[in-house]
Amino acid sequence: MATLPFFAYTALFLFLPAGSVLIGAFQAKGQGYTLENVRTLFHHPYIDAFKTSIEISLVTALLGGLLGLLIAYAAIRDGTPRWIRSALTTFSGVAANFGGIPLAFAFIATLGPLGIVTVFLRNHGWDPTQHGFNLFSKTGVELAYLYFQLPLMILVIAPAVDGLRKEWREASANLGASQWQFWRYVGVPVLMPSLLGAIILLFGNAFAAYATAYSLTSGAVNLVPILIGAYYSGNVLDNPHLAQAMAFGMFVVLAVMMLIYIPLQRRAARWAK
Amino acid sequence: MAPSAYLWLLLGAAYFLIPLVSTLLFSLKSNTTGKCCTAANYGWVIHNGDFWHTLKISFLLALETIVISLAIFVPTIYWVHLKVPKLRAVIAFFALIPFVVPPIVMVVGLLKVFKGTPDWFYAQPWGFLAGAYVILAFPYMFFSLDAGFRAIDVHTLTEASQSLGARWTTTLVRVILPNIRAAALAGAFLTLAIVMGEFTIANLAAFHTFPIFIQYVNETQGFPAGALTLMSFGITWAAMLSLLFVGRRRGARAAIVAGAR
Repeated sequence: MATLPFFAYTALFLFLPAGSVLIGAFQAKGQGYTLENVRTLFHHPYIDAFKTSIEISLVTALLGGLLGLLIAYAAIRDGTPRWIRSALTTFSGVAANFGGIPLAFAFIATLGPLGIVTVFLRNHGWDPTQHGFNLFSKTGVELAYLYFQLPLMILVIAPAVDGLRKEWREASANLGASQWQFWRYVGVPVLMPSLLGAIILLFGNAFAAYATAYSLTSGAVNLVPILIGAYYSGNVLDNPHLAQAMAFGMFVVLAVMMLIYIPLQRRAARWAK
Repeated sequence: MAPSAYLWLLLGAAYFLIPLVSTLLFSLKSNTTGKCCTAANYGWVIHNGDFWHTLKISFLLALETIVISLAIFVPTIYWVHLKVPKLRAVIAFFALIPFVVPPIVMVVGLLKVFKGTPDWFYAQPWGFLAGAYVILAFPYMFFSLDAGFRAIDVHTLTEASQSLGARWTTTLVRVILPNIRAAALAGAFLTLAIVMGEFTIANLAAFHTFPIFIQYVNETQGFPAGALTLMSFGITWAAMLSLLFVGRRRGARAAIVAGAR
């Protein structure tokens, strides 16, 4: 009764569109059903777009995950003043939302051909563009994505790092374990499920991103969301079902990630207080 | 403090501050000479009619999205907490789906389903776009409000209100709503931050919102784009800091926005 508007809205604006993408991916251009659209995804340029999208997501998830963990640990470990920690979480909460068009421009103003850092380096005798650096490329997109990946990692992993109890460290030290042995046998195994879960979350976050890459490279880097977007703005493809098949492909990748994420989340909860 | 801790924190700080400082320096350069320092770029933005026009559209869209999603979620979550707690898991699952179905996938489906609907809906931001944004707001609204409802005693409040003769609507508006105000505000600020930055759906469905204007300026104006970028960061900052401020009160909790990538 009171829940009816919610279910009606979900059906109309969530399940109906999702279902129509699902069906549309298997519809032929004229009539009837076909596997042709999905089969086309495995050919150039679509398969390359999936490869590039997955590569960028993987690189920024792993790099963001590792660096985010190191920064979170540096802020939380004993001996670091408490204000650093609260400043970091507040800042991360805000920075995790710096995405899209403004983020792309911030990087153009920094590392673009006329960017402040580029010009500074050029005036000091080392021109990054002469050494193969190009912001409007895969590397540039990865560099910009890290700007929201890192803070997201810090926010997600901080509770798990917090859960590494001081007593465990003291107990292992009392038993004669070295710093390395503590991490090898206690720290990393305890953190592992949270760490993997967080990296999957980061992967999905980068995989779904559209605005940042679109604005930064004006479509020069071939990503799945960019290809889908190109269909709607420029009629690059003549078959609408192909865009739906690409959307379906993205959904499959993200759903697989979710299926890995849920059991990891359960395991990670085991060590939570 | 350990030396390695210093190293990582400094590296992190440099990576985050350098683009912000660069954008600031960029925005202070003169559009004609390329030299520092002038406030002309900020003046260009403030005197631009499209800036105010698109800002207004996005802000009104955010308000509309907030009102609709509160109207959907407050009675739903109230009822679930009061009468059918078993249904909570189902609603939580539905509300989480927008995390797995990203905006770029969602817009493909929405454009397909609603193509051919009347113009007052399909061609208006207040129709099509607001409809999509309510879905984007689902996870944030749900988890903010759910936390808020958990922090209050729904049963006692409802019984007290009804034994004094209040009707359902009175109970909901005058008893329950004031008690979950902080949670509702938190959800509202998150929704505001998402809608003010949302580009994907607006771009593919060809609506002229604030982020579309920023992208247009990025492509056509060098230095004023820096000023505009900083101003839009300012809006995100304001929304997120307001969120942290209401978060200190009972029942509200910070969450992560992922809508504007």
